[in-house]
Amino acid sequence: MIGDGLMTARLRRGEMTLGEKLWQVSWSLLLLIGALAGIGVAMLYSAANGNMDPWASRHIARFSVGLALLLVVAMVDIRQWMRYAYWLYALALVLLVAVEVRGTIGMGAQRWIDLGVFQLQPSELMKVTLVLALARFFHGADLADTGRPLYLILPTVLVLVPVALVLKQPDLGTALMMLAGAGVLFFVAGVRLWMFGLVVALGLAAIPVAWQVLHDYQKQRVLTFINPERDPLGAGYHILQSKIALGSGGLTGKGFLEGTQSHLNFLPEKQTDFIFVMLAEEFGMLAGMGLLLLYVLVLTYGLAIALRARNHFGRLVAIGVTFTFFLYVFINVAMVMGLIPVVGVPLPLVSYGGTAMMTLMLAFGLLMSVWVHRDVQIGRRGAYDDG
Amino acid sequence: MQKDGDRSKVFTRRVVLLAGGKALLVTLLGARMYYLQVMEAEKYRTLAEENRINMRLIPPPRGRIVDRFGIPVAVNRQNFRALVVAERTRDLEQTLRTFAGLVPLTDYDHQRVLKESKRRRSFVPVTVRENLTWEQMAMVQVNAPDLPGVIIDEGLTRDYPYADLASHILGYVAAVSEDDMDGDDPLLQLPDFRIGKAGIEKVYDLPLRGKSGASQVEVNAVGRMIRELRREEGEPGHEVQLTIDMRLQDYASRRLGTDSAACVVMDVHTGEVLAMASMPAYDPNAFARGLSTKEWKALAGNPRAPLRNKALAGQYAPGSTFKMAVALAAMESGIVGPEQTFYCPGHLTLGNHRFHCWKRWGHGHLNMVGAIEQSCDVYFYEVARRIGIGRIADMARRLGLGADLDLELPGEASGLIPTKAWKSATLGQPWVQGETLVASIGQGYVLATPLQLAVMTARIANDGLAVRPTLCRQRVADGRLITEPTPSFDSVGVSKQAMAVVKHAMWRVVNGDRGTARGSAIDVDGQTMAGKTGTSQVRRISMRERETGVRKNEDLPWKFRDHALFVGFAPAEAPRYAVSVIVEHAGGGSRFAAPIAHDVMLETLRLDPSRRRTPDELAAIREAPPPTAAERRRRAEAKAAAAAALAEATAETAAEAAEGSPGQGGNGQ
Repeated sequence: MIGDGLMTARLRRGEMTLGEKLWQVSWSLLLLIGALAGIGVAMLYSAANGNMDPWASRHIARFSVGLALLLVVAMVDIRQWMRYAYWLYALALVLLVAVEVRGTIGMGAQRWIDLGVFQLQPSELMKVTLVLALARFFHGADLADTGRPLYLILPTVLVLVPVALVLKQPDLGTALMMLAGAGVLFFVAGVRLWMFGLVVALGLAAIPVAWQVLHDYQKQRVLTFINPERDPLGAGYHILQSKIALGSGGLTGKGFLEGTQSHLNFLPEKQTDFIFVMLAEEFGMLAGMGLLLLYVLVLTYGLAIALRARNHFGRLVAIGVTFTFFLYVFINVAMVMGLIPVVGVPLPLVSYGGTAMMTLMLAFGLLMSVWVHRDVQIGRRGAYDDG
Repeated sequence: MQKDGDRSKVFTRRVVLLAGGKALLVTLLGARMYYLQVMEAEKYRTLAEENRINMRLIPPPRGRIVDRFGIPVAVNRQNFRALVVAERTRDLEQTLRTFAGLVPLTDYDHQRVLKESKRRRSFVPVTVRENLTWEQMAMVQVNAPDLPGVIIDEGLTRDYPYADLASHILGYVAAVSEDDMDGDDPLLQLPDFRIGKAGIEKVYDLPLRGKSGASQVEVNAVGRMIRELRREEGEPGHEVQLTIDMRLQDYASRRLGTDSAACVVMDVHTGEVLAMASMPAYDPNAFARGLSTKEWKALAGNPRAPLRNKALAGQYAPGSTFKMAVALAAMESGIVGPEQTFYCPGHLTLGNHRFHCWKRWGHGHLNMVGAIEQSCDVYFYEVARRIGIGRIADMARRLGLGADLDLELPGEASGLIPTKAWKSATLGQPWVQGETLVASIGQGYVLATPLQLAVMTARIANDGLAVRPTLCRQRVADGRLITEPTPSFDSVGVSKQAMAVVKHAMWRVVNGDRGTARGSAIDVDGQTMAGKTGTSQVRRISMRERETGVRKNEDLPWKFRDHALFVGFAPAEAPRYAVSVIVEHAGGGSRFAAPIAHDVMLETLRLDPSRRRTPDELAAIREAPPPTAAERRRRAEAKAAAAAALAEATAETAAEAAEGSPGQGGNGQ
């Protein structure tokens, strides 16, 4: 351990070679992520009745690309991310407006931009860049700042503008996720608890107004959630069939490729939003619990990284990213179990789908960057301030 | 740094709080999972199975109906039908057009298939055509490569090979109607299931039906069958054996021909009905297939009532066939002996009313045998006046008239034997003696069915055993069939001597010099027939008509003509078979009913259906059943074709001859 002190000093200043950075990457976290994606491959193989096509093989390909993206993002200095945080946010916002404009010109809801290789969904990008922007903002804020309501106007605007745009798409799920993710950053940044109370109270008061604004299909989903038997052949069908699949799976499941609910197509969207159900049907509650445990491990890593990081920006980014990840898991699993209304949120790393995969790998890249640059110290006012 | 430290503390505290919140939520997920997958697992497992598994019923083959020798009279025929599965065709329209090129397909069917396949899911087969012949089926199979999506399906349809020759006994099967849905048999829910609607098919429906099998199949969310999981074979329907001899039934039905008539032949000792024909009849195959409104209207509106079993449900004034009952009542009462004579001047005056004999100038002096032989009305007026309606009615009832005989068929009529009590109860009027006179010649209120007349004749022929008719020796009990032994019958309580007198008189009717049916005598190796004619008026003959001369029956409109009746038994020497014949609105019994009875009885004696057969003989009978309706049609067509060919050939030869020898043409032959 000769030169340990020297090394630490260099780390604090962020002077690392690429090799050193790679050495710092948390390979165990990557292994966890890989395990989750592997489970996804297995379930997609089953969803296609024992075929790699059309889903499993593409899932592998996307994960590979995502892994590369993750490492590239992780190698980028955390200070660079901080420096360009607002710019990235602005870029996502422009794209969001762009799809909004195109969506108005085209027919119906359009949430993505076709880039040929993959479809870019600006709202997904915004989930990450919003975290970056808010982390950048709160990086320089002390408790006195966050105690002043006027100080919070700018970050609130930063949140509400994309939320409003996403709501208009309309994508209630993503909007709520953004709100929740941002709220958590406000929370850990030290915003007074009474302010949260106020917002919650205002939010409850706004429910009757919001109900008027909701689209019919969104109202249906909420109503069906409250009483699934209301429409057993329509909207409630999904929840009911999902619960049947889960319940009939029992403790140990029906066996790989043996899930009747999923293979006989009673289960909707089994390769995307309802893939957790398929897992729980074929391998039972034990496998479902196991998967949840893997997610908890990932969350723990994220938490540990947040607590371990020496720069506030990194800590905030780690919390924001981890919480976004948690939201994915919770919303998806709670939805398929009939705890919350059906919202189109995939199960991270397991569900088939390119956009969510890219968002998540980007987010994990940022988390990893925080980890790699955990000892870099950043001053209040700027990236190169020694504080 | 102090501020930073505060911030870090708050951050850490809140992160831990956040982590706690997440842990709580994940625990909630785990608890929910435990609730669904362990606590409620059983419920959802059941629901999943219900989702996945469909029960499909396998209809059992319906039991056959056979005659007393085992000749099948109601069977199941294989029915080929063509179905099309829309999703397996490249182009449904094109497939249908190709199909129509092979098997005729109406425009209506074409449109129906298109419409139905649009309405249903694309993997559900839609019937293109039913009742394909074997040749058509083979044609479709051979051309299968050009007919993607077309499949041939085999089903069973009820088939009555003798068409209308036994329709009133057999009845028919037809689609299940709303009213039949009361039973809990799931088979009734099947769309193409058929149940017995009339005749034996109805009475023995449960044993004939059998028990349904079931097939458990796995289906997916849209109901497509994935595979069969379990199969439970059903129980085929039981075979029902009738007492009918189909050869005799065939003969009797065709002998009645186009007349509106009925004929019953039964065994006088066992009561087994050997033939029960009622014409015109209907083709039960049409019912099994499904009748069009037009066909139904034609059947229901026909004045000769093809739907009605006249042998069982037709009630007729028995006319002179009733005279045996009066004679027996007279002898049993001891008031009038068989040798006592009465003088017949052609009429009898009672009060200010004159009752005529059918013979205008009278029969002169007659004893009982002579009166029956010549069917003198005045003799019976005299007898009836002495013994009264009560004794006559009592005897008639003992002979089987005026009440249900409980044959194993629905729709039996009970006839009517009037009494004083009956008249005051139903009409509220006192009985007058003139009505006794009219009743004594089987007119007035008296009504009987051909089956009752056959039973009456049988009870006379067997010296007074109260035989009851039966069509089937099997009884339904709990949906199963129990074969019953021949019951022993009570006596009707008439002395053998009296019976002997009546039987002798009936023998004289057919074989005596003055017998009314002497033209219909039989002599088969010394076996003769005894019988009695009857002619029953359907309208009252007015005084004026009698003065101007009774109009001849043939001149009257059909529905006003007399019914012709005949009852008889043979061999007279050792009676075994009884026959009754009625021809509606035909005229005199001796002229129109007796010859039919003669022919039918000759055939009965020839076939001798009551004789015990050895297994070899039974097999021989089964191997040579009477030709079925289809065979007859084929034969008739072949015959017509042969005749046409012959006529053509003759014409050609004649033409050739004419050409070859023009000189001889004019000479003639």
